[in-house]
This record gives sequence, structure tokens and C-alpha cells, in this order.
Amino acid sequence: MRDVGPIVDARGIHAHYGLSHVLHGVDLIVHPGEAIGLMGRNGMGKTTLLRSVLGLLPPRRGSVHVRGVDMTRAAPHRIARAGIAYVPEGRGIFPNLTVRENLIMAARPGVGGRNEWTYDRVLATFPRLMERLGHGGQQLSGGEQQMLTIGRALMTNPDLLILDEATEGLAPLIAQEIWRIIGQICATGVAAILVDKNLAAVTRVTDRNIILVKGRVVFEGTSAELRANPAIGLQHLGV
Amino acid sequence: MRWLALPFDTFAIQLLNAVQYGLLLFLVASGLTLVFGIMGVINLAHGSFYMIGAYLAWSLAEHFGNLGIAIVVGVALSLLIGAALEWLFIRRLYDRDHLYQVLLTYGLILIVEELRSIVWGDDVHAVPVPDWLAASIPLTDTLSYPVYRLWISGVCIALAIAMAFVIQRTRIGMTIRAGASNREMAQSLGIDIRFVQLVVFAVGIALAAFAGMIAAPVSSVFPGMGNQVIIICFVVVVIGGIGSVKGALVAALLIGLVDTFGKVLELEVAGIPVLPELAGMSVYVLMAIVLLWRPEGLFGKRAP
Ligand SMILES: Nc1ncnc2c1ncn2[C@@H]1O[C@H](COP(=O)(O)OP(=O)(O)O)[C@@H](O)[C@H]1O
Ligand SMILES: [Mg+2]
Repeated sequence: MRDVGPIVDARGIHAHYGLSHVLHGVDLIVHPGEAIGLMGRNGMGKTTLLRSVLGLLPPRRGSVHVRGVDMTRAAPHRIARAGIAYVPEGRGIFPNLTVRENLIMAARPGVGGRNEWTYDRVLATFPRLMERLGHGGQQLSGGEQQMLTIGRALMTNPDLLILDEATEGLAPLIAQEIWRIIGQICATGVAAILVDKNLAAVTRVTDRNIILVKGRVVFEGTSAELRANPAIGLQHLGV
Repeated sequence: MRWLALPFDTFAIQLLNAVQYGLLLFLVASGLTLVFGIMGVINLAHGSFYMIGAYLAWSLAEHFGNLGIAIVVGVALSLLIGAALEWLFIRRLYDRDHLYQVLLTYGLILIVEELRSIVWGDDVHAVPVPDWLAASIPLTDTLSYPVYRLWISGVCIALAIAMAFVIQRTRIGMTIRAGASNREMAQSLGIDIRFVQLVVFAVGIALAAFAGMIAAPVSSVFPGMGNQVIIICFVVVVIGGIGSVKGALVAALLIGLVDTFGKVLELEVAGIPVLPELAGMSVYVLMAIVLLWRPEGLFGKRAP
């Protein structure tokens, strides 16, 4: 896997919402098995960058290659089927489907037919969901909803898992449990892009980190570098 | 207030007619409510495919000499027509205002009607009931009920059960429901939502056409026959709750009952004749009552 090149290779991404120019030439490269932290204050363009990569907001300029194939303007489902799973901000569970159906509807083997994440394994990873299988999506607590979206993403057997603000609005203990599980998932060799406010928690899991300010990359470096230079976090993230 | 009660055998026959009419309405309305609920598209031309179905049944039955074969071929053709329409026109409407949808699909009504006139002419036609369904079941010494109408009801019930099964119990159904609730999320999980929408639209068209085909032997085949159906179908969708197939079934049966019995019952209030004189309004009165009671329809989602 290591020598097949990056899973995602996005270069010079410019994204717009109508007239407002949000991303100004951002690069994002993710290699197999790598965990990347994507950080920045609110409104700096993190979600927009992810949506550009996922085909949900095709970039005005720049290119997105997935496993070496040009997917700059590909439909989102093709990009997903190339092995990328997305846990969006605000979760995006299907409230009109039960917990079980939310998981089943996403199930598919990964690229190359891998089937490591079965229904049973996902439930074993999130035992809390087991008691909720017949419930509708909106009957779940915030933490359970987040577990469901992560579990659902895993059902697609992704090579890259993208988590946008996975612990946003969760009680500290629940957030801790989510971080523990994210750590477990990354340890299985799935690559990840993590967007989160909690610098310490992110850098504990990630190899490399990117900080966005107003749609531009202002820092890119290892977690060790970030920890060694608290000034960087202070300047760009305010923590 | 004065009622004139019906004799029991007439009542039984009218009840069977009401159910059969309601079930047929359901077939047409189910496609309309799915397309409306899932894709957010108001398809005014939906009823035109009920008419196309009837004309297909008539011309293909003449050609093959067999209504069964005509229906199979007709359904296949309708699926193709539905898919082609979605691909050419309807998919351009998903992100647009309802006004565009109404304009385009109203235009489709005119085009379909014109094409029908060119291809099949403007005459009224009759389609014979297939021999093996041509019998009647005697109810009393003087009254009997045609087997073909019972067959229509049976087929509609079977289709309703199949539809419920697909939507509620299968992976395809989960996918359709997921796409209806959050299109982007479904796509990001690898679902080709455009294809799902194409299939749902084509199946909806095929259901409407199929309803027209099996109705042809009892209703005859005539120009503009879809226009009466589409209005009642919108009433069904609104009463049942937009997007709800279950709601469409209940509403269609209610309308079948109200419409049928509105025409045969006699009712006088304070010396003024109400039924059957005002039977033409009964369905709309029903709609008004339901909407006053539940503005989102019987099985509709309450607006958040
Ligand atoms: N749908 C949208 N329409 C218009 N502007 C948007 C939209 N979504 C985000 N923006 C703007 O784009 C910028 C980047 O937003 P976003 O990518 O969501 O930031 P982040 O995820 O880093 O908080 C912000 O200024 C935000 O106001
Ligand atoms: Mg964001």
C-alpha cells in the first residue's frame, strides 16, 4: 500500500460560495495510513476544503486526484467509492432510518474488496449502539449520533476517514470516548483527516498537521513540531 | 336531515367499486408522492402517463391480440419513457423553484397530449376484457360483479404490498429513504443518487401507466383522460401527506369511498338536497376537513 502514492492529492484548491472566495490555493495530500490534523479558527475554510475534496463543492481552480485518478469534478459517490468516508459537521445521520438501517445502507467492501469492517465489528466497536438498533436516528443522544456516523462511515471500509468536528458539542467524557475510538481506528491503518478544536487531542493521534487561516495554509508540520512550538497554536488557533 | 339508505346488495357492489377505484388511484398517486417527496419535484404531467398507459394497452392489445402481453411490453416501454424523461428534463428541476417545475411539466402535458393525437388520433376506444377474466360473480338473483374489477383490486393490493416491502425492508428502500432525507450525505456514502432518482421517477411513471393499462377495459380510452386523474391524485398526495406511500394508500381509499358513495347516497339537510347533487365537491370537502385537522396530511411529516 505504501508505494501506491497518496490517496488524496489536492493541489491549488480555490473554492467559492457565490462571490465570496473562501480557499486561496490550498494543497492537501494524504498518504495511506497517515493521520492528518486540519486546524484553524471558525470560518477559516476547513469544512470547505473537505467538501472540495469530496466533490460536494467542486473547486473553481485546482485539482483533486484520488489514488492517482483525476476526480476534480467527479460526482461525490465516485469519490466515496474510491475509499473515502466522511463524517460531516453536524453528523448527518438519516433520522428516518433506524440505527440498524443507517449502518446497513452504507455497507460495502472497500477498494480491492477488503471487508474488515463488518456490521458485527462496528457494533463491537460501539457497543452503545447495540441497545439502540431499532431506534430512529433522532432518538439518540449527541454522543450516540456521533458513534453512529463514525460507525456508518466505517461500514464502507474506507482507506481514508474524514472527521469534521467529531467531538463538537459533546460532554467531555463522551468526547474522550470518541477520541479513544478514533485512536483505535487510526491504529488499524486507516488514514484520517481530523478537524477539531482540541489541539492536544488531535496531535496525540495525528502524524502531520495543517493550519488554515482565511483559506490559506499557514503551517504544516508534525505533531512534535506543534507541541515544541506552543506559539504556533497560540497565534493561529488561540489556544 | 333525511337519509335514503341503500339496499345491501347495491351497497356491497358500490363498496367493491369504491375500493377498486381507490386502489387504482393509489397506483397513480404513489409515484407522484414518491417523486414529490424524494426529489421535491411537482410533476403535473404524471397523469398524462396514465393516459399513455391506456393508449398503449389499447394499441398493443390490438397488435398482440393479448392484453397480458400488451401490459408487459407497455410497462417496459413506460419505464424507458420515464427514464428518458428524467434524464432529459426532470433532473434539471431538482434544484429549482416549484414554478419552473410547474412550467416544464405543464408543457409536458401539452406535448404528450399532442403526441398522443399524432400517434393514436383523437378517437375514443374500448379495450376488451381478457377472456379468462371476462366472467361475473353472481351476488343475488339480479346482480353480479365482474371478475375483472376484482382482479384489478387484487393486482393493486399485490403491488402496494410489494412497494411497502421494497421501501421498508430492502437495501434499495433504505437507500431511497436516505437520499430523500439527506442527498449529500447519501452521496458521500457512495450512493449514486442521480441513478436512484432516475429509477424512482421511471418506476413512478411506469406505475401510472400500468394503472392506465389495467383501467382501460373498464374506463375506455379517450383523450385527456389523464387530466381528471392528476387532479384527484394531487388531492390524494395532499391528504395522505407528501412523500408518504402509506398515506397515499389510505387517502386513495378514503377518496374512493367518498367519491363513490357521494354519487349514490341521497342526503337532504333541512329540506335542501345535498347528495348526490353536490357529489362533485365531496372529495374536496374531505380534503378541507383533513387539512384543517392535520395541515401536513394524514401521514405527512410535521413541518419542523
Ligand atoms: N454555504 C455557504 N455559503 C456562503 N458562505 C459560506 C458557506 N459555508 C461557509 N461559508 C463561509 O466560508 C468560510 C469558510 O467556512 P468553513 O469552511 O465552514 O469554515 P470552518 O469549517 O473552518 O469553520 C466562512 O467565512 C463561512 O462564512
Ligand atoms: Mg467547519
